[in-house]
Amino acid sequence: MSATALDQSALRQEDSFIRGLRNRHRFGAIWKRFFQGATIFGLIALILLTFNVLNRVFGYVAIVNRIEPSSLSDRPLEELSAEELGVILIESAGASFNPRIGLANLIPGGLGTQNSNYIANRDNPIGELIPNVPAEYAAIPLGEITSEQATTILSTIATKEDLLDLVKLYVVGEKVGDAWSLTESLFNRAAIDEYAAANPNAKIEFRNWLSLTFLSNRMSDNPLVSGIRIALLGTVWVLVFTILVAFPLGVGTAIYLQEYSTGDTWLERVIETNIRNLAGVPSIIYGLLGLAIFVRTLEPITQGRTVISAALTMSLLILPIIIINAQEALRAVPPSLREASFGLGATKWQTVWRSVLPAALPGILTGTILGMSRAIGETAPLVIIGAATFIATNPDGPLARFTVIPIQIYNWTKDARPGYGEVSAAAIVLLLIVLLTFNAVAIYLRQRFRRALQG
Amino acid sequence: MVATAMQTGVAQTTAIEISHMKVYYGEKLAVDDVSLPILKNKITAFIGPSGCGKSTVLRGLNRMNDLIPGARVEGEILYHGRNLYAPNVDPVEVRRRIGMVFQKPNPFPKSIYDNIAYGPRLLGVKSKAMLDEIVEMSLKQAAIWDEVKNDFRTKSGLALSGGQQQRMCIARTIAVEPDVILMDEPCSALDPIATQKIEELMRELVANFTIVIVTHNMQQATRVSDYTAFYSIRKQETEVGKENRWGVLAEYAPTQQLFERPAKQETADYISGRFG
Repeated sequence: MSATALDQSALRQEDSFIRGLRNRHRFGAIWKRFFQGATIFGLIALILLTFNVLNRVFGYVAIVNRIEPSSLSDRPLEELSAEELGVILIESAGASFNPRIGLANLIPGGLGTQNSNYIANRDNPIGELIPNVPAEYAAIPLGEITSEQATTILSTIATKEDLLDLVKLYVVGEKVGDAWSLTESLFNRAAIDEYAAANPNAKIEFRNWLSLTFLSNRMSDNPLVSGIRIALLGTVWVLVFTILVAFPLGVGTAIYLQEYSTGDTWLERVIETNIRNLAGVPSIIYGLLGLAIFVRTLEPITQGRTVISAALTMSLLILPIIIINAQEALRAVPPSLREASFGLGATKWQTVWRSVLPAALPGILTGTILGMSRAIGETAPLVIIGAATFIATNPDGPLARFTVIPIQIYNWTKDARPGYGEVSAAAIVLLLIVLLTFNAVAIYLRQRFRRALQG
Repeated sequence: MVATAMQTGVAQTTAIEISHMKVYYGEKLAVDDVSLPILKNKITAFIGPSGCGKSTVLRGLNRMNDLIPGARVEGEILYHGRNLYAPNVDPVEVRRRIGMVFQKPNPFPKSIYDNIAYGPRLLGVKSKAMLDEIVEMSLKQAAIWDEVKNDFRTKSGLALSGGQQQRMCIARTIAVEPDVILMDEPCSALDPIATQKIEELMRELVANFTIVIVTHNMQQATRVSDYTAFYSIRKQETEVGKENRWGVLAEYAPTQQLFERPAKQETADYISGRFG
């Protein structure tokens, strides 16, 4: 290059260099703004979401009764004896009370939805459904019992609490007239006052929908007494069995692929690639698979639409996540640790068990928690394999029928009657709490193991 | 190779007899036809330029090369008259009798105690009293006891300094009571003071163990070793611009003799710094 050409070169021109530099900085600044914007957008979305949910968990609610309790008795219903409540139930409920359905409500865990218990158990002998039914009635199926018989049984076995529940459900007919969100409660008192003026009988009170009774009650037609207990237990059962199946299988697969398999054969490479693909398969596909295999084909073992079918389906869903993360964790264990172990005369198994696995454990746990979080929130596959929308009794084992929190939320959300939006908001918050708790435990465990490793 | 020992004028017992050893990685020849004795209770140093196969030979002595996919050893390596590569020999047993200390200190992320007890526990030692005794003995033998005796049960092996870590790794190797200790450039990651301590330790250990050390540092070889094996590289052009390289044993002699009166020109070139 000649001297003149060099002098004319763009790199040598002071002003064009300055201009170029300014452009380069401006370009960088634009991108930085974009990255900031993306972060802020996400933050705002998160805040709005949290606010939107929490906003409906607290607020005023108007409770309306079909018949005022004060017109039934001069004392509060809670203070009445069982006999008095029985009289009220028979005399005041009138046609709206069918003793057979009332009886169905005594099935353990029973109160609440008016017909589902009855319909679900029509063909079962009542002796099997309800403890302490008088022996002479025990063999009669629920659907064939007469009203008179049902009334007799009710009067002999119903406790005071049962009767109180029945009176509230069939006589008082308590329901939510309207419900207001936290912001409405705070800033739009006019609307509430207006409602109160139009409905003088309505009892208006401030309510925390995510209460202890919400946790301990069963689902009910009445949002005021409806609870999440059975769905929460269902979620716990499904999750426990999912982990029991998916953790050993996932970690085992990861250990085999990472420590034993050389990755040389055609089959091993296909497996390796497909596990990665499986992690991206839509969850509803797993639902279809679960329905075909666990619910239908393996019905003699799983008993159909049960906790164990759901857990097995969920295990399939989260296995790829666990495997990939565990493999990643095993790969991160320095080869020098393996060499040290082999050099001391350890077998392959001893090296994996005593040296590699402990070092990889924090990472494996992280992956497992990711999988669990996924399983907690997953709804579609469970809808497919037929998690029940209404379950009256606590799931009590792997072969129990079940429902889970996300399905409960879905059912409440699609109900437009006042109060249902509020209970579903409470359930969403509960689901988030469960999720965050699991994550917190995971982070704690991970830190503990990591500290133990570093000493 | 008893002849070699005879030449030195002292009758020596051989711990390991390497005879026509060849190592391949896949199809590629890495080390060709190495034969030499490893004498009992002596320190044998392997020196040579990078890529000459000295580490490969060392790792072949306790079958660590088995862990590398595609690695293959031919020839015989006789240990107490048995070929280490005979089909009925279990590499796990070989490694317990012929221990290894690595280039970079590699403590387990556990307490010092658990590091040392790792090997004995592998062998099924469960008694706490016995483990305590082994740990203390090993730490003392590795000359690190005084530095860690107060907190070796709780302190992590990773919390030690590099030189201490390496001595702990030596203690860990001693704890399974091997015959032979292989050391693959044990001081290359250490500072001069830590290096000196390890060298002193090696001189003490050689009373009870046979030691083979790979080193890049020729001064170290002269300081610590009794015998030195010099490895060299052979090249062959396969096609234009490509060549095969493999290592061979160029010369093996008592250390003093090899450094003062090398028999071969390439040895003389290497130790005087003209090559490699």
